Amino acid sequence: MKKISTEKLPLLYAALNGDRQLWIPVQDGDRVEFGLWREGAAVNLAGKTLKSGKDFFFPQNEDFVSFQKEGKKITITEKKRPTDEFVVFGMRGCDLAGLEVLDLVFLAEPKDSFYEARRGAGVIVTLACGTPDESCFCTAFGVNPAEPKGDVAAWLVGDTLYWKPTSDKGEKLTAELGSLLEDAGADGDKAVAEQQAAIADILKQLPNTELELPKVGDAEFDAWFESPNWAKMAESCLGCGTCTFVCPTCQCYDIQDRDTKDGIRRFRCWDSCMYSDFTLMAHGNIRNTQMQRFRQRFMHKLVYFPQNNDGKYSCVGCGRCVEKCPSSLNIVKVIKAMQAMEAMEGVGK
Amino acid sequence: MSIQDKILARAKELMADGTVTSVLGWKKGETYTDPSPAFFTSVEELERDFIFNHFCGQNLSRLLNGRKAEDGKVLMLCKPCDAFSLNQMLGQHRLERDSVYVLGIPSPTILDADKLRAAGIKGIRGSRFARGGEVVLDTLYGEKRIAGKDAVLEKCLSCKTHKFPVSDEILVKPKGEEHDEPENPYRFAGVEELETMTPDERFAFWQSHLKRCIRCNACRNACPVCACVKCVFDNPGSEVAGKSNIDAFDDKLFHVIRAFHVAGRCTDCGECSRACPEGIPLHLLNRKFIKDINRIYGPFQAGASDDGVSPLTEYNTEDMEPGEAILKGSGS
Repeated sequence: MKKISTEKLPLLYAALNGDRQLWIPVQDGDRVEFGLWREGAAVNLAGKTLKSGKDFFFPQNEDFVSFQKEGKKITITEKKRPTDEFVVFGMRGCDLAGLEVLDLVFLAEPKDSFYEARRGAGVIVTLACGTPDESCFCTAFGVNPAEPKGDVAAWLVGDTLYWKPTSDKGEKLTAELGSLLEDAGADGDKAVAEQQAAIADILKQLPNTELELPKVGDAEFDAWFESPNWAKMAESCLGCGTCTFVCPTCQCYDIQDRDTKDGIRRFRCWDSCMYSDFTLMAHGNIRNTQMQRFRQRFMHKLVYFPQNNDGKYSCVGCGRCVEKCPSSLNIVKVIKAMQAMEAMEGVGK
Repeated sequence: MSIQDKILARAKELMADGTVTSVLGWKKGETYTDPSPAFFTSVEELERDFIFNHFCGQNLSRLLNGRKAEDGKVLMLCKPCDAFSLNQMLGQHRLERDSVYVLGIPSPTILDADKLRAAGIKGIRGSRFARGGEVVLDTLYGEKRIAGKDAVLEKCLSCKTHKFPVSDEILVKPKGEEHDEPENPYRFAGVEELETMTPDERFAFWQSHLKRCIRCNACRNACPVCACVKCVFDNPGSEVAGKSNIDAFDDKLFHVIRAFHVAGRCTDCGECSRACPEGIPLHLLNRKFIKDINRIYGPFQAGASDDGVSPLTEYNTEDMEPGEAILKGSGS
């Protein structure tokens, strides 16, 4: 393990930036979000960012191909895959776990070459969560916020940042930083272990970390799908896309064409199962009510995704939906309501 | 008796005596800062889950959009600002008056969890106001104190009145009911600041905010008056539908169109800014319209009446000529 004092962090940021792009949590008004690092940037490492950093690998918009027409000739220009190296500093354990979910989708054959290129180009420095929030429930999904994965794991303890490379990319980045980082020695291990113990103590006090996750097989499926809970919960769903857009694992997208005056742009953009034209097909839409759309979102995360991915849930407990839903709906509420239903009806027992 | 207990007691009575078949209010959420809107359908449910605290900021009016008398009468726990929204919706025939029993409840000063988080206050488990307007928060990480203005939700900082334009019953008579309330000087301060900017500065201001828009539509979907059955931006055949901002024009188009569309109908409930996950001060767009309408056509408050009349949809011979209105409308 290596270390650097917090007063030298601007030097670390400058070195990480180097001839790459460094993305780091920056305070902007009442929000902290990943921003491009610049000298003097208002870096804020106190908590999780507004969005998870999913954007760096699966951006909200990305051009695939463009079409130019000249007379009867159409020129098709494919967008180059992004390969310029970049560093994301300060993703959390939950954010990284979100990427692991996306990997299952986009790196399965046939691979998504845009996503694959970005995953290859990005070096991720994760930061342990020194002060988890009430909204956090990552441990329910097997994430350890005190020992985050990534290419480098870091811990901010007092006036020292501890730094542990955990992949080849991380080792390479660490070697590049040279003497900027000092050896942390046994004191480093002790400081990190103490913070980890303190985090473990906080986690025990959070209201939603003991969630019991549903296991929905064929026997339980109908009871889940037909549950009156969906209509009840969807009553207060506004049908906006906030939960889907701040979610580190939501992965649905749309491909659209835009007629610019210089030709056609074909781009991919995030889609949301909350939207009325989601899954709109030539014959119409298979989901026409907000209840059906609401149900789809949570069935996907808790039932369909695990069924197709060896039991892995498409939620990492980051708590962003808990914080950001303008109508206070979230996956914790859904899991609890469905548990209550199962307990009451003895579903599948 | 606390306000929460008073509301609960009255809601139970109205449910028990059959005046209403359900109650629209707030129930305990997954955290202290996450009370959730809920339709309660039994006294037991109310007793178990009802809550009213400093985080019950959501305007519940929008959840009644499309409600009919045949759906049963719902008791709406209605803060003054929400009552303006509800009344405006009634004027636009977005719900049937007979479908709702409006219980006017006093609004506590609502706190903004995002502001608190930005100030480094996390793990909130309790809240109270101390003397002098300071907010004291009980958190996982010990007691934290913060100045009220740094913790209070924008819509409460810019509160316009404690009176109710529509109600079937008012739980606690607001203070100063018989008197005119003084103008809240904060309410238009943000707009006035924008008016002193040069067009380039103003453009840069909006650019810096609107470029963050993620097109989640929370502002639109939370808005009690932005309630078209099918929004043009949801119509994939309209050529303006956008699920994301693919260029700088998209950033602004959506919000500018929305602001124009609700002009004269926006009651300034502040729900757009509260709902925005990106903290974009959308209320400033609407408030500029409100300020201009007040100046050009005389003081007007959308939702003060349910007659559906607005200066922008009515014409009378005393109205000023459009050219004159344009001149008067620019600057202050």
